[in-house]
Amino acid sequence: MPQPTTHLASNRTGLGYWLTSPDPRGRLQASAQQFYQGWVQFRSHPMGLVGLALILLLVVMAVAAPLLTKYDPIMQDFTVRLAPPSAEHWFGTDNFGRDVYSRIIYGARTTIYIVMLVTVIIAPIGLLIGTCSGYFGGWVDEVLMRITDIFLSFPGLVLALGFAAALGPGITNAIIAISLTAWPPIARLARAETLSLRQADYIAAIRLQGASAGAIILRHILPMCIPSVIVRVTLNMSGVILTAAGLGFLGLGAQPPAPEWGSMAATGREFMIDSPWVIAAPGLAIAAISLAFNLFGDALRDVLDPRGSE
Amino acid sequence: MSKPLLDIDNLEISFGGGTVKAVRGVSFTLGREKLGIVGESGSGKSTVGRAIMRLLPPTARISADRLAFHDIDLARASEREMMQIRGRRIGLILQDPKYSLNPVMRVGEQIAETYLQHYPRAGQAAAKTKMLDMLAAVQIRDPQRVARLYPHEVSGGMGQRVMIAMMLIAEPEVLIADEPTSALDVTVRLEVLALLDELVARRNLGLIFISHDLNLVRRFCDRVLIMYAGRIVETLKASELDQARHPYTRGLLASLPAIDRIPARLPTLQRDPAWLTDAAEGSR
Amino acid sequence: MITVDNLTVRFAPSTPPVVRGVSFAVDKGTAFGLVGESGCGKSTVLRAISGLNGNYGGRIALDGEELGPRRSRAFFRRVQMVFQDPYGSLHPRKTIRAQLMEPLRNQWLDRSTAQTDDALRAVGLDTALSYRFPHQLSGGQRQRVAIARALILDPDVLLLDEPTSALDVSVQAEILNLLSDLRQERGLTYLLVSHDLAVIAHMCSRVAIMQAGVIVEEVDIEQLRRGELEHPYSRQLLAASQSYGRQDEGALLRS
Repeated sequence: MPQPTTHLASNRTGLGYWLTSPDPRGRLQASAQQFYQGWVQFRSHPMGLVGLALILLLVVMAVAAPLLTKYDPIMQDFTVRLAPPSAEHWFGTDNFGRDVYSRIIYGARTTIYIVMLVTVIIAPIGLLIGTCSGYFGGWVDEVLMRITDIFLSFPGLVLALGFAAALGPGITNAIIAISLTAWPPIARLARAETLSLRQADYIAAIRLQGASAGAIILRHILPMCIPSVIVRVTLNMSGVILTAAGLGFLGLGAQPPAPEWGSMAATGREFMIDSPWVIAAPGLAIAAISLAFNLFGDALRDVLDPRGSE
Repeated sequence: MSKPLLDIDNLEISFGGGTVKAVRGVSFTLGREKLGIVGESGSGKSTVGRAIMRLLPPTARISADRLAFHDIDLARASEREMMQIRGRRIGLILQDPKYSLNPVMRVGEQIAETYLQHYPRAGQAAAKTKMLDMLAAVQIRDPQRVARLYPHEVSGGMGQRVMIAMMLIAEPEVLIADEPTSALDVTVRLEVLALLDELVARRNLGLIFISHDLNLVRRFCDRVLIMYAGRIVETLKASELDQARHPYTRGLLASLPAIDRIPARLPTLQRDPAWLTDAAEGSR
Repeated sequence: MITVDNLTVRFAPSTPPVVRGVSFAVDKGTAFGLVGESGCGKSTVLRAISGLNGNYGGRIALDGEELGPRRSRAFFRRVQMVFQDPYGSLHPRKTIRAQLMEPLRNQWLDRSTAQTDDALRAVGLDTALSYRFPHQLSGGQRQRVAIARALILDPDVLLLDEPTSALDVSVQAEILNLLSDLRQERGLTYLLVSHDLAVIAHMCSRVAIMQAGVIVEEVDIEQLRRGELEHPYSRQLLAASQSYGRQDEGALLRS
């Protein structure tokens, strides 16, 4: 398929050429080129860029929190209790006199922690179970899929409540609870992909090289499933954040005085009429980051997972 | 010689904002004959066929000195006018009936629907009769039974006959067939081609037969256009194909394995970059 | 080299057989053709021999040794396959070099750039293509890579499933020449499946014609060329392959 030339390729040296040269010299260059091509495609989705920007903002907030605010998020100061937004307190203060803006900034760390931990748990589990189920078929498939069905049938919040009752409240337990109900869709997705990949000629070719089933699944099928799993996880992330916020709202997430957007919204409820900023700030933050993941995931899907791409 | 059905002069088609030139300076006419367009993948032959019907995606840029069907300027016709022409006056047969027939409608219904589309005042009963007649005309032995089948229940050869029936029921004057037999087995292919031959002759149609199979086109068509990289490199009568002059045509002919040839190295095509810029040879 | 005796193949256990009672033998160093139309079972025979389909009955022997129901790792060093679709037989997300290393890796052999470079050169490809991905190659180049991948283990037998059907005519000629050259250089044995009699006639010395799961006739290529076929289906296939559309008798006149 003819590729239109870009202005970068005309420059025979330098990064532009390295990224678009037709004959890459090594694995790094080859992978970098594929990544760059994906980026060029992603770039043309304005909403996706907005989502990415917000997510990057979240990361910056989490990493550079001390640089972004001079207030301690958990220090109480009853002299400025429930102060409206002003030059000193950009988002006002809450009922303990804590600076809401700082708590939002530091709360980003909790949000990142949630996102990363959930991803690290559900992606590998879902991929492994899904690919094994799809590849082996037969009773392996039946058993794994029934297990998946069991976990799928639990509403996330209810399971989390159960966990909290059993293990005690806390952010890590909440994350584990959420993860336990978030992996089944990943597994089913991986299984569906594997079922169609199994028939491909290139998988037959690998089988004809004497590869073991494990090698085929890990080195050949899994890499093909990863893009759609990335998209799925990204799109599900907004739901995960909302669920975590919900748990925090119920007092099952991060425990006071740790700043976490969900529990901040819970405490803010009491003062909603007279001091709306206490609940508005965390509420908007949750909504914004959920939206960001959705926008980012949508654009990512167009790049990574379009059907019939070549 | 009566006026040609299609008159195309200097057709240029490009995609991707003008960067990819799929068709360059293609000119030919079509009378009431079987015209073959032969080329490999990327030669632009299918693009030409679709351009005549204005079925290219909106990103395609089409320009031509002349792109006329009778006296109608196809390049400047409105979409409304094109809808009157498509199917009704110019028909298109595609390669795989699996993909061009609606999988959830019975075959007979689809053909009847096509008829009603173009003759809305005809009525259901008339459409049904026409449909059964058409199925018989494409040599389907049990039209009543076949009309009630779904596309997936119908074999490849029969599916193509159904496609032909669907395209001919509106009684077009020109038929464009894009690789109509490529997905069919060799023995079935013969029957479908014989059918096309008979229908084209009996109804006095013009047929454009697009294919990559040079052997097939040389025996089936009256005239042949050879396309390479968007250009017509040679135009000649099918019977005179052995006297082709352009090196690409000769190379293509030579590189075909044949049953009665002793195995030796097949001559391979040496692509001359000059072919990309040569003007077309041969008569129009 | 390959002996097939009374082979019956099913797609799955307890489904009707798609290949019934097929028997033929391929001499070492020769090319044997299996020809037939779609659905006749020719590819299924290939898949049974290669071990991709284990639901078969009858006897398959390689170089005199009967093969068990499952293929051993050593088998794949002797027998390899080239698939029809160059767009589907290469892993979409691995570089060419990685895909050529893969057979060596799966056979626990040494892997080196020299080997993959040699493999690419043997099929007429520039080693600069090593780090491209399959979608950056043309159909002909992909098929060459598929052949290189099949040959990197230095097998004795190649099973070829319609290797040029999906390619342009001019590219087909190059690939057929390449396959002929390689067979002669390396003394390979080919079992070539195709629906195209002309390709079979060009490449093979013997051919078996299949219809609906059985072999209807087996002849030398010379006999095929001379039209000395006995079975009506073989004759029909040969006739159809040589004439295209114009009925010689009773053709309607052109307008």
